[in-house]
Amino acid sequence: MPYQLNVNRKMVTVDVPGEMPLLWALRDELDLKGPKYGCGVGMCGACTVLMDGKAIRSCLTPVSEAKGRIVTIEGLAENGKLHALQEAWIDLDVAQCGYCQGGQILSAAALLSEHPKPTDAQIDEAMNGNLCRCATYIRIREAIHQAAEPEKKMEGAFHATV
Amino acid sequence: MQQCEQLSEQMARFNDELQATIAGFQKPASGLDKAGREALEGGSLGRRSFLKLAGLAGGGLVLAFRIDAGKAAAEPGAAGNHGPSADQELNAFVRVAPDNTVTIYSKAPEIGQGIKTAFGLIIAEELDADWSKVKVEQAPIMPKIYGSQGAGGSTSIPRGWDQLRQGGAAARAMLVAAAAAKWIVPASELSASASVVTHASSGRKATYGELANAAAAMPVPDVATLKLKERKDYKLLGKRYTGVDNRRLVTGQPLFGIDVTVPGMLYANYQMAPAIGGTVKSANLDEIKKMPGVVDAFVIDGTGNPGEVMTGIAIIAKNTWTTFKAKEALKVDWDETHASTDSLTGLAVQAKALKGKLPPPATNIGDVDAAFASAAKVVEADYDYGMVTHAHLEPQSTTAWWHDGVMEIWTQTQQPNSGQSMVMAMLKLPQEKVILHQMRAGGGFGRRLQNDYVCQAAAIAMKVNAPVKLTWKREDDFANDFNRVGGFHYLKGGLSKDGKLTAFQNHLIGFSADGNRPVAGSGRSNGCFPTDFAPNVRYALSNLPLMTRCGAWRAPTDNVQYFVSQGFMHELSTAAGRDHVEFLEEWFNRPPAKEVAREGPPGQGTPDPSQLFNPARAVSVVKLTAEKAGWGKKLPAGRGMGLAFSWSHAGHASHAVEISVSANKKITLHRIVTVVDVGPVINMSSAEQQMQGATIDALSTVMNLEVTVEKGRVQETNFHEYPILRMADAPQVEAHFIQSDFRPTGLGEPAYPSFAPALANAIFAATGQRVRTMPFSRMGYSL
Repeated sequence: MPYQLNVNRKMVTVDVPGEMPLLWALRDELDLKGPKYGCGVGMCGACTVLMDGKAIRSCLTPVSEAKGRIVTIEGLAENGKLHALQEAWIDLDVAQCGYCQGGQILSAAALLSEHPKPTDAQIDEAMNGNLCRCATYIRIREAIHQAAEPEKKMEGAFHATV
Repeated sequence: MQQCEQLSEQMARFNDELQATIAGFQKPASGLDKAGREALEGGSLGRRSFLKLAGLAGGGLVLAFRIDAGKAAAEPGAAGNHGPSADQELNAFVRVAPDNTVTIYSKAPEIGQGIKTAFGLIIAEELDADWSKVKVEQAPIMPKIYGSQGAGGSTSIPRGWDQLRQGGAAARAMLVAAAAAKWIVPASELSASASVVTHASSGRKATYGELANAAAAMPVPDVATLKLKERKDYKLLGKRYTGVDNRRLVTGQPLFGIDVTVPGMLYANYQMAPAIGGTVKSANLDEIKKMPGVVDAFVIDGTGNPGEVMTGIAIIAKNTWTTFKAKEALKVDWDETHASTDSLTGLAVQAKALKGKLPPPATNIGDVDAAFASAAKVVEADYDYGMVTHAHLEPQSTTAWWHDGVMEIWTQTQQPNSGQSMVMAMLKLPQEKVILHQMRAGGGFGRRLQNDYVCQAAAIAMKVNAPVKLTWKREDDFANDFNRVGGFHYLKGGLSKDGKLTAFQNHLIGFSADGNRPVAGSGRSNGCFPTDFAPNVRYALSNLPLMTRCGAWRAPTDNVQYFVSQGFMHELSTAAGRDHVEFLEEWFNRPPAKEVAREGPPGQGTPDPSQLFNPARAVSVVKLTAEKAGWGKKLPAGRGMGLAFSWSHAGHASHAVEISVSANKKITLHRIVTVVDVGPVINMSSAEQQMQGATIDALSTVMNLEVTVEKGRVQETNFHEYPILRMADAPQVEAHFIQSDFRPTGLGEPAYPSFAPALANAIFAATGQRVRTMPFSRMGYSL
């Protein structure tokens, strides 16, 4: 049946069974490939999207329950301006294969909206649901700090500069 | 039984091919493979006239690397003809647009190793291009033009090094020649920098964009006349660069294989037998076909080759989720008469029983028994390690479309060339009828050296009247990986009175499909060190039967066997009462046993010096590690430091780890230092990433990861049973480089193998307990 979804600040309609996970409605029906399939059981976080500002696992969220404002990684930049996290991710060259990074950035975005200047412990807690098989964790942590407190940007042994 | 033997034979043959592939990747590279060399040096392929851009022209001017100037000039209409054309032999592509944008085509698959950025930089350096105006795109899969286009064995950099630099230099020479002709000055008076050619004495300048048209009509310089830059003249290489796809990645652009959309596309999943070798007796296909959204469901008999398509059931539907849902409803009665019955617990019992039962040794140098008899000390230890899976985050997927007599494929393989040729063989199609589009891969780690999922998609597409995207569930990936095999080692070392290693024996219990030829990742590795370095050496291999698919996993064989050999080396230095760093140095500098050369697999020609084990490089790597980590300093109570070395995939590497361990065996990592010498660094940011990523991958795997097999089935099904390390456990990793003057070699793998023994040695230093099994969680250790 048709469901109205608010995706990236636009109302769209998908005609799918209500139990279809939001992930597959986004990917296969709406052609938004930013949310990734990694495990299908909410263990890897590659499918993370924002719903009303909170990071959710779209692989576990049925379309029938996706009633909030959904933002995928494609919609994080507004009016062509990248989110500070996206800028930091590019600046610090965070990605290796890059497959998990959309989900990582959205989890970090939800973290920053709750804790604008997160501690390492808050980062650990907020990011622990997002696996990175290439293990880019060191730079993910740095990028979150840099996006949160750009004035503290450090140049050093562990920091890529472009 | 006959079928069973057939499967063993198929499996063994498959393993042979895989071993050959891995050996090929380890093959010492002098920079160019055969096709690349011919194209550049004017061999059978390269002698042909212009080397033109095939099918890539459009919006901008194409500069092709043409090598044979005389022939090029002789070909009518060749100059200025840059439209799509039949196969032409090129080694690399540079496109210069009128707006001075330079597009560089990267020939190798990007799997997270950063090759697309590195290849772009190497070409741009010799081209003297303005990096801020360079775009790097994936080159088409055209082995006749590019030569081999694989990504594996950390070989992309050493194999591409000459070809790419020559490509960049050839294009630069043509741009300079165009400016010289325009201004009527000798080319020798011109310089090029940041995509601008300058005539210093007259002050004239022209951008590459302005010169591109004229440059394209210039004769291609003879490769022998190209003067490549010296390292001191590099403007780009060695600095930090963000990846060329990063903006697209962080905005969610559809770069990956799983993101492919072809208009009118259907979706597929493939259910394989739960134990390899199983066949379909019956299945509720009629029921499945009636499910809403399901388009079709059918059995594919397969080719019987475990690396291609094994028997299974394809489900075709209107979206991915429906294929998954239908799969849950699928009921199959499998005939398992001839299927694998592997049990790793049973095989472990058999391996234990083989202790002390040495088969005829594969290597026997000196008089081992006499050396043990006269040794002042004999140390014995048993090591083992389990099986692990790849679990890259993007599951296997491939889109295939059978149309107009052509099989068109979009996929993310590490071996597009063999993917293409396997599909050609399977479908009996000529090369021009199989088009493979290389997509970015969400991780590789060796799994995508296999093209089974590519073959599956092609087999399915033959029966579907539409483009079809095959997507595996994560559970399919766990059940059908090509795992890193486990192993058991019985070691014995002899020490003289003055603490020198006099005798070494390594009895490996490995695995084989036919009882003879080892499966991929089993058998002897360079990690058998110090096998080749003691005066008296015995190495012997016993094989246990295994049908479970195994394959290459980041730094194959070295990823486990350095844990064994370098953990044991620490046992020896400890027994000798000697400093481990000093003990290692002595070992590095010992003349190798006469029968064995210090190089990779024998019989593959004379390797470049960068590909050889080099005692001076090994010593400098270990010394720098010791210095950075503060080796030998007094540590606070309860702390211990471990240090270990590896030489893997041409990289000399070392780790030092400082830890403390709680009473309940919880490890706190205080410091991790890693040093590598892979020659000059191309992109410092990416190189550091590979060091840190490999180290944390090793930490994750060594501590906690294992798959088990019972009744021929991998028991673990998803990430809840395979706890890959997460953010909260990720340590800082200090990466240092010794940028020696050897040719650069790859870095996807070298920084992995030395971590496990460094950690094990640190645990011993902190607790006095030896860890001789992986994962360490088997002994109760945790992070």
